[in-house]
Amino acid sequence: MTTSAHETVSDVVIVGGGIMGSSAALFLTQRRRSVTLLESALIGQQASGTNFGNVRRQGRPIVQLPLANRASAVWRRSKELLGEDVEYLQSGHLRVCYRERPELVGNFEAYAEEARHVGLDLELFSGNTLRNRFPFLGPEVLAGSYSHLDGHANPRLAAPAFARAAKRAGANVYESTRIVIVEKAGDDFRVTSEDGRVFRAPVLLITAGAWAHFLTAQFGESAPLTCRGPTMSVTEPVPYSIRPAVGVATPIEEESVYFRQILRGNIIIGGSTRGPAYTDERRASVQPPNTLSQLKQIRRLAPALEQLRIIRVWSGVEGYLPDSLPVMGSSPRVSGLYYAFGFSGSGFQIGPGVGETMAELIDTGATPISLEPYRMNRFGGG
Amino acid sequence: MVECRVVIVGAGPAGIRCAETLVAAGLRPTVIDEGRRDGGQIYRRQPENFTRSYDMLYGSEARRAEAIHGGFDALRGKIDYLPETLVWNIAERQLYAAAGTNQIMVPFDVLILCSGAVDRLMPVKGWNLAGTFSLGGAQIALKSQACAIGKQVVFMGTGALLYLVAAQYQKMGAHVAAVLDTSPWSLRLSALPKLLAQPSVLWSGVKLDLTLRLAGVPVYNGIDPLEIEGTADAGVQGVSFKDRNGEIRGVACDAVALGYHLRPETQLADLARCAFTFDPGTRQWLLQSDPDGRSSVAGVYLAGDGARIRGARAAEASGRLAAMAALHDLGHPQSAEIMAGLRRTLARWTRFAQGLAQAFPWPAQQAARLSDDTVVCRCEAVTAAELRRVVLETDAIEANRAKAFSRVGMGRCQGRYCGQAAAEVIAHAAHVPVEQVGRLRGQAPVKPLPVVIGEDAA
Repeated sequence: MTTSAHETVSDVVIVGGGIMGSSAALFLTQRRRSVTLLESALIGQQASGTNFGNVRRQGRPIVQLPLANRASAVWRRSKELLGEDVEYLQSGHLRVCYRERPELVGNFEAYAEEARHVGLDLELFSGNTLRNRFPFLGPEVLAGSYSHLDGHANPRLAAPAFARAAKRAGANVYESTRIVIVEKAGDDFRVTSEDGRVFRAPVLLITAGAWAHFLTAQFGESAPLTCRGPTMSVTEPVPYSIRPAVGVATPIEEESVYFRQILRGNIIIGGSTRGPAYTDERRASVQPPNTLSQLKQIRRLAPALEQLRIIRVWSGVEGYLPDSLPVMGSSPRVSGLYYAFGFSGSGFQIGPGVGETMAELIDTGATPISLEPYRMNRFGGG
Repeated sequence: MVECRVVIVGAGPAGIRCAETLVAAGLRPTVIDEGRRDGGQIYRRQPENFTRSYDMLYGSEARRAEAIHGGFDALRGKIDYLPETLVWNIAERQLYAAAGTNQIMVPFDVLILCSGAVDRLMPVKGWNLAGTFSLGGAQIALKSQACAIGKQVVFMGTGALLYLVAAQYQKMGAHVAAVLDTSPWSLRLSALPKLLAQPSVLWSGVKLDLTLRLAGVPVYNGIDPLEIEGTADAGVQGVSFKDRNGEIRGVACDAVALGYHLRPETQLADLARCAFTFDPGTRQWLLQSDPDGRSSVAGVYLAGDGARIRGARAAEASGRLAAMAALHDLGHPQSAEIMAGLRRTLARWTRFAQGLAQAFPWPAQQAARLSDDTVVCRCEAVTAAELRRVVLETDAIEANRAKAFSRVGMGRCQGRYCGQAAAEVIAHAAHVPVEQVGRLRGQAPVKPLPVVIGEDAA
């Protein structure tokens, strides 16, 4: 990196300091690229820091599993890689369905068969075996699909830990740096902050989550990104006894709750109806009716939780795309421009895999991970 | 005209006077209160089967307590009263409340928050031992249940409540082992001009001090707390401190009542998106409010100690004034003369409160001196060392950032008890003014909410 009077110059500028941008920064510095990571507020404060913390491969589209596997490998070595503990627990993930949707058992079986070929082993449970193994489940639960190598981690700690590791490896990390202008000037991108600082690089990676379209639009590209806020709750701590993260497979948004217990003892509850979120406010408030419907659904999934009390609820600003898949890869129009955003509420687990893949793509021009499903121009227009 | 839905949260002196004023104007407000009975904290009513007299319970404040309770009793039938009900969130002009496990929705056009205050606490090594109570908690045990928190009680901290509760314990026959005040006497003299804004209250305070000293209670001023001593099994066994000459002393006891004045309960206003301002005089964030109690959010009003710590008598005046402001804004003409009188009354209490803050200051400097092994956040067992680590190693200078990284303020009390002290620890470690650390954002639920909330009765 060289610094002129007014400009910071590096090989790559990354706009957006969530887990995607932070992990890409780390893997790019490991590939000896100089990196500038720009975050409008604080690293990992929005979707990356406020999500549920599932490190779950099962349930993802089969085509996404190679990316998820790559991410899992990073999570497994996260302590060595980051030099700190992000509370990653490989304690299993259980996906269940209710009696009123028996057809989902067939889906579980078909998914498990396909997933096996892509390196994800799932074990199916039902009846007494299910209840003996997971005694906290409610009577409405019919069957479960269990992944023993999935688990969970602490979103509050993860993205900041990646950014700190990137910084130690030489990246420039600027927080409180809101980018207002992105443009290509000759071979370089010029990125200008609200307070007039300029960052220049031949490569620009946009990982700005729900805010990405304010930047992509400046290159004449757009994706139909919308904002929503997850509904999250946490209970007071109780002795640690539930190892797997547990979630409901269902086509009904309100029913789709999940929970996990952390070693400290608290049980974190997520899912059910999401609320509105606003990029200009930079905050999403939990809608109290959503808390109530979430608790109703969690009682159905795990009546054992009825004894507990909720001590805090929260939300954050997440960017969603209509097919729930992200935009990820190179810009179809502008050379040197790369995107990774719109992870639609399911980016935490694959985050470090996205960072590693984007670093590889930027560094070598190619990646074995198929990025076809994530094309920017798949929505037409733009 | 469509009936205007006015909701008051809190049935202490502010809420009761507020409700009276609204009823007198022909409205029927809803009063929601967490307590089982009205009265709030300072005029807390004893359980119905208890028979202590007003004089015994409230001492010099007996007549005021009687007037407040009588005032509320006279409102029965003219208000909708929801006792033992916790408002846990606010959205879209709707209160979400829990009565036990019953979910209640209360829509409002006008909301008047009279949510009161709780003890303001500064950690001391050992304050996590069983037998450590807040001053307010010690007083509630006495007032509500006629219980003392221990057989030999040390009162430590500063402020008017320190002497009041110690004197109440002494009067009730409990053994007051010592009163340890962190504020030096000299500050009271320099605060005298402001304290003289309320001469009779000042005189009551002087009498409390004298009563304790005459009863032979050791009273130390200008002390520096060192440690609440004891073991995890036995709980509190003593307190060690430096006296004003720097000499280390110890007092044996089995309970400690701790407190440094009060802090407003602001979570509901925070959830209603009311704005805050830093108050340098007390080093805490207060809700923005005009002199009549209008918050920064239209239709949301603030009264009592929840708005600004000025005490129970000021709370009565601010409750009346906030109600009159709300009525005025609703188009009910109000007497300008009465409103001006209430503002003058409040101004005197504000001056007196400034005097108290000057005479009994929040001991910010103690935060710097806390040993690394002192627990700052008791809910999450976060030590001063851990808090300093996230400041120095991860640049977590903003309060909510430090919370995210260290868990400080993340437990059952949501930082209501440790948040202000944690901000001081962070500010000192980061060498920044405490206002730059900011404040912990309020997150619902205001207090723990049962997972079974809203479940249909079986």
